[in-house]
Amino acid sequence: MTETTSSQKKSMGFKIRVEPRLDEPPAWHPVLVSLGAIIVALILGGILISFAGGDPIKSYLHIADASFGDTGVLSDTIVKATPILLAALACSVAFRMKLWNIGAEGQFIMGAFGASAVVLAPLLAEDTPRWLFLTVMALAGMAAGAIWGFIPGYLKAKFNVNEIISTLMMNYIAVAWINFWIFGVWSEGGFQMSPKFPNNAWLPRLLEYAKTYPALRGLTTHAGLLLGIIAAVVLWLIVYRSRWGYEIRLIGDNPHAAKYAGINITGNIIYVMMLSGALAGLGGMSEVSGVVHRLQTSPLAAGYGFTGIIVAWLAKLNPIVIVLVSVLFGALILAGREIQPSGVPKMIQGIILVSLIASDFLLRYRIRIVRADAEE
Amino acid sequence: MDPIIILQAGVATGTVLLFATIGEIFAERSGVLNLGVEGMMLIGAMTAFSTTIATGNPWLGVLAAMLAAGLISQIHAFITITLQADQVVSGLALTFVGTGISLVLGEGLSKAGTVSLMPNFSIPLLSQIPFLGPILFTKQSVLVYIGYLLVPLTWYYINHTRPGLNLRAVGEYPSAADSLGISVFRLRYFYVFIGGMMAGLAGATISLAVAPGWFSELTTAGQGWIAVGLVIFAQWDPVRAMFGSYAFGALRRLILDIQGPTILFGFNNPFYYNPYWGFFLQMLPYAFTVIVLVIGSREAIRKRLGAPAALGNPYVRGERGK
Repeated sequence: MTETTSSQKKSMGFKIRVEPRLDEPPAWHPVLVSLGAIIVALILGGILISFAGGDPIKSYLHIADASFGDTGVLSDTIVKATPILLAALACSVAFRMKLWNIGAEGQFIMGAFGASAVVLAPLLAEDTPRWLFLTVMALAGMAAGAIWGFIPGYLKAKFNVNEIISTLMMNYIAVAWINFWIFGVWSEGGFQMSPKFPNNAWLPRLLEYAKTYPALRGLTTHAGLLLGIIAAVVLWLIVYRSRWGYEIRLIGDNPHAAKYAGINITGNIIYVMMLSGALAGLGGMSEVSGVVHRLQTSPLAAGYGFTGIIVAWLAKLNPIVIVLVSVLFGALILAGREIQPSGVPKMIQGIILVSLIASDFLLRYRIRIVRADAEE
Repeated sequence: MDPIIILQAGVATGTVLLFATIGEIFAERSGVLNLGVEGMMLIGAMTAFSTTIATGNPWLGVLAAMLAAGLISQIHAFITITLQADQVVSGLALTFVGTGISLVLGEGLSKAGTVSLMPNFSIPLLSQIPFLGPILFTKQSVLVYIGYLLVPLTWYYINHTRPGLNLRAVGEYPSAADSLGISVFRLRYFYVFIGGMMAGLAGATISLAVAPGWFSELTTAGQGWIAVGLVIFAQWDPVRAMFGSYAFGALRRLILDIQGPTILFGFNNPFYYNPYWGFFLQMLPYAFTVIVLVIGSREAIRKRLGAPAALGNPYVRGERGK
């Protein structure tokens, strides 16, 4: 080790130097760094897959083919991307304020519960018009998610309780909460799921229009995607074009300056946690009403909230970019279901996040190769 | 519902939290918040179990678990100390990576059957003490006894030794420590490694002693996160960490036991007749963690205690005001 460094200095005459970046890097730079980080992550993941006895090239080709191969699987990819999109939007707005809401998973589950309660309690009769049914379900889901975000938000604002741990604990409580309902009160014949919802409570899917447009036959993409895209645009307007968004960004970037500017920080902690929870809750509603069509634990508590964290980070918290990145992760999750060993998608997600964070270094510092004799 | 049995089991289960919490106390005292405890524990539990299957020696399993978790903790150390990235996101990423790797490498381990576990024994004389004897010194795992020794040792190390003073200095006022010739970077790397090894030990304690086996993510079931919460409750003090850990352990056992009998306090036991009410009991450890955080945070405000001053901040040489 020491030998190489000394020989580098003498014979090669080059030295690697790290220096802080003083100017803003050009716009393409972060994109390139993120892409590089993903490629590095895929290589590292491949090494680990072959270490566990799998074939990395085959695994990756399988992921690509099983998620973008034809319109059918592309539609399935989008179905998987929809809950991730809403969960990632939820994370992004909280992270923008450096509020570490790790509880999108629980807020998502509570959103699904709130929407299901409208059908199962029942709050509305079975023959309620569809538009009314779905509107009430969406509102109930958002409300339930917002309540689940309010609790840790209030504790943070009032008692300075660490929101990372409290939101995580709320995830576990949410799972136990819906288990209570589907194992007991709403159990269908002793099975661990609720009865199926009436058709009025299903979000419209593309295949419903197959009679007029035969090309849509069998496509399960549902209106939740539309909800997600609308939410992304609205969130972009809030964060980048409104006074409230300016406050959120200022608190995130410089809490001291925000405080001296007279911005209500404790209030914003609670509001942003509620907005975040409501977005995740809408995701839960979209999943339960668009895909699962009944309250059931395993397809709802499938880790969308956690994937949302990675997607939000990869998209640099930009709501519009989140839409695109969600589709990539939808593909990874869709195809990953068939890959052996089964933990591969989770592992790749983790490695992607690690190399992304590590790559941020390249945005703040530049690495230059200089001649050793040029200095000193 | 025998209180002695609940407390005895509580100390055994609580040892898992104790190891993880003490490890995190070391890392945080040096100024590095590591949220990867859950992932490192899973790596530890998986490594301990598979090594023991391969070698038949649980001690080797424990050793391998500590090394593996210690190594994986160095990812976090590199990203946060050398690359100066955000400790929160990096810790989360470490949990994802640890969980994913342990799932991939632990594939099929759940069907592996039984392995030889860490030995259990009673301590002569001490086990004769009324009340405390049966709880603390009767048929406990050797790891539980190691836990008893570790608490006073850690407390003494942190508060009354030279290296302990350096550790606190690095976490409270790194630039002052640096000017005294203490290597901030090296110490932080070292204590993150210690934290990782302790989390690995905690994982091994699950899979080779407390709840033997490998059950994918359910092996830890969020205990790594509870440990991170307990550090705040414990105010970075190993002795308080011990009480918190054992209390949580006892709570876990109480939840199991309360669902058994048909009659509870003279009434028909609702948890026996309607098993799904048990889900409310399952919420308790997580709800208690939140309550414990509220208590810890309030106390910190009242007594003006608090986290190590430099917790969460990367140290950059030559930068003012850090």
